[in-house]
Amino acid sequence: MIEVNGKKVDWVENETVSQLLKRVRYIFPLVVVKINDKVILKKDFSTYSIPDNSKIAVIHMISGG
Amino acid sequence: MVEGQIPIEEYKTGNTKHKWDNKKMKSSHKILTKYTYKKGEIQKGYTNRTLHINLTTNEVKEKKITEDMKKKFTGGRGFGLKLLWDSIKPTTRWNSEENELIITTGPLCGTTQYPGSGKSLCLTVSPSTNIICDSNVGGFFGPYLKFAGFDAVEIQGKAKKDVILLIDGEEGKITIETAPNEETNSHILADQLTYMYASEDNERSRQKISVVSAGKGADHSFWGCLNFSFWDIRRKTARLKQAGRGGLGTVLRDKKIKAIVAKVEKISGVSNNPADPVKLARVGTKIHKEIRDLDRYQCNMRAVGTSHLVEIMDAYDLLPTENYRFGCFPKASKIYSPHFYELFTKVIPDGCWHGCTMACAKTVDGFTVKTGPYKGQRVTVDGPEYETVGCGSNMSLWDPLWILEFNFYCDTYGLDTISTGTGIAFYMEMYEYGILNKKRCGGLELCFGNSEAVMELLHRIANGDKGDFIKTAAKGIRRVKDWMIKKGWGDKQLIEDTGMESKGLEYSEYVTKESLAMQGGYGLTLKGPQHDEAWLIFMDMVNNAIPTFKDKAEALHYFPMWRTWFGLNGLCKLPWNDIEPANNAETDEPAKVPEHVQSYVEYQNAVTGWNVDKEEIILQSERCYNWQRAMNVWMGRGRRKDDWIPYRSMGPVTEMEYNSRKERYDKQLIEKLGLSEKQVENMSVSEKMKTLYDYRQNQYQKLADAVYYRRGWTPNGVPTPQKMKQLGMDDSKILEMLQQKINEDKKAGFNVWGGKYSKGEKPPSNDPHYWEKW
Repeated sequence: MIEVNGKKVDWVENETVSQLLKRVRYIFPLVVVKINDKVILKKDFSTYSIPDNSKIAVIHMISGG
Repeated sequence: MVEGQIPIEEYKTGNTKHKWDNKKMKSSHKILTKYTYKKGEIQKGYTNRTLHINLTTNEVKEKKITEDMKKKFTGGRGFGLKLLWDSIKPTTRWNSEENELIITTGPLCGTTQYPGSGKSLCLTVSPSTNIICDSNVGGFFGPYLKFAGFDAVEIQGKAKKDVILLIDGEEGKITIETAPNEETNSHILADQLTYMYASEDNERSRQKISVVSAGKGADHSFWGCLNFSFWDIRRKTARLKQAGRGGLGTVLRDKKIKAIVAKVEKISGVSNNPADPVKLARVGTKIHKEIRDLDRYQCNMRAVGTSHLVEIMDAYDLLPTENYRFGCFPKASKIYSPHFYELFTKVIPDGCWHGCTMACAKTVDGFTVKTGPYKGQRVTVDGPEYETVGCGSNMSLWDPLWILEFNFYCDTYGLDTISTGTGIAFYMEMYEYGILNKKRCGGLELCFGNSEAVMELLHRIANGDKGDFIKTAAKGIRRVKDWMIKKGWGDKQLIEDTGMESKGLEYSEYVTKESLAMQGGYGLTLKGPQHDEAWLIFMDMVNNAIPTFKDKAEALHYFPMWRTWFGLNGLCKLPWNDIEPANNAETDEPAKVPEHVQSYVEYQNAVTGWNVDKEEIILQSERCYNWQRAMNVWMGRGRRKDDWIPYRSMGPVTEMEYNSRKERYDKQLIEKLGLSEKQVENMSVSEKMKTLYDYRQNQYQKLADAVYYRRGWTPNGVPTPQKMKQLGMDDSKILEMLQQKINEDKKAGFNVWGGKYSKGEKPPSNDPHYWEKW
């Protein structure tokens, strides 16, 4: 199990950041992703595998409005 | 030539060509007043004077701007508030003789080295809200007003017949002249006047003209917007940007102003005469490069403008559908941005002011109009922006071409797309419930998705239809609510809960049911539910980054203040957070985009020669924000009751809405209200809805408590004299007025916290009169 923005989400083995964002339907392009407080750079989204029990913050920039 | 740009002579819009006898039209003008002035020079972003025109007496005068006024009000919207304070009364209404229409610039307005620097701020007492409404707009008029010699123009009184006000910066003269024969609708009028007042018959000369106008819709509704033109030398047509909210165009037409025309002698990169041009070039170059390199990987504003938000809002259940009943819809993909991208004219840079790399002002050229007086003609449509597309989904209309038709007619008739779309969406829901019907709607079958009925409604408004429904509908949701309730049609509570207005102003196009902070972002505002004060939905609902009332209150303090700052300076906020530096993720507060905040600090210092920091620029806003709230109080509003919002923006009003997201709401009853699964299972839908209703209403009141406290206001929402003094706003008249209102509230028992706090919870301060100790 992992936590995404405070909500429990099933852990999927070898799932990358890009795949997770797609699974939880976070399609907004201006996001900052932190896994266990470490910033994951955008260039690493498609290669970084999420460890089990991770605490993930997907910070959507305000934009809009 | 820059990459992707095409030569002027090579582009053709395919628009219908018109021929007007401009000489004949101009010869029919009668000059009522001619005033000459010394042209002067802009010093560090300021002309140091404003222009006052009284249309009743045809008097024109100049007013000096003092250093004290700059210190307290900065410029732009701040100057507008000060000028209104000096000119109107607490009883002034939109159509009062003394009401003013003010257009202001701001010290950074007109800069060409930094993107998004051509905004005007317009203010008036709104017909929708009876308080001051401010609205920002692009186009060339603001910069031209300044280059012609004035930081602001305030227009008071009313003309007897239609007039044009000419601010001629080339010759240094102001004229008030009758205008009996020009078109009223904007897309024609702006073209006519641009040709009429250009000094020479060429594109560069026409580019030195900007026209402010409204249209026939503004003559007959409270939804009147102002169209600000900017001459497009490639398309060879006047394009339009709108100051949409609050009925400013209605006030323009009530004053019998057909148009305000600004004309400049020249435009250059140093017209603003900045204190430190080298520093300005440095901060400007950095952001230009960032937009050029990164936009295509971020919001793609340069390709599709703000329409990129449609698919995002739909994915996050935030796209208003069927009068905000839902936040997404299976048909929504029909109006996603790629469909508009196909229609937009490409390879032409599309900024609404020179030097804006963001270039988000998209157009569709050669669009064939299908209805109304311009049926069959080919025109340029400016937009649609996200909000206008959102109006389509809100009325359950999913055809991009129809959205363009709606966009075109709203603009040329001078109708705010947001208020018009949100208003009609509400009327459609009332129609669905039988509260309105064909007979009551003057023969219109105003059900969701009926595009023909919507266009017919717009044309009838513009034609001044005298039927009860059209007359009332054109005044907006608040008046229609009152009308239906007075007639005894339908359930009062249902009408109040579903009509999406607050303070009399229609909501803009975001569903806020699952974001308490954004409910505050719409309700705990100065002019009403417009998203320009705060847009906190992601931060609150998605990021879960502001979970407590204190956190939400802090966001509802910082962001409204920060966003207000753009309006004080004549700036667009899009280059702040619709693009972000590559390393923004690694900063302490990425949501604030710290590098851009620092750039704006340096930008203001570079132009004005000041030495402010990021704390001081928030203070600049706080002074004006509190002043505007104090003026609301002065005008009989600006209290907790006036920050009321309809329940549709807080939660599900109907069983259909509840059932459509049953799992979500049932879960909340368990997790947030502490009910057991068994209890929830045994409750009827109406019982669950009632429980949720009471809970969410109380959450909103507790939020208001926290926000008022953070802003230094009384528990009834009144800025305290102590807070005003802390900010350096020491006008004795306003301080005395506030103290008097606070005393009246105290006597009436209103100076108490509004939320009901259960065991373990606390209001923001044990002492509701906390400010008295300051």
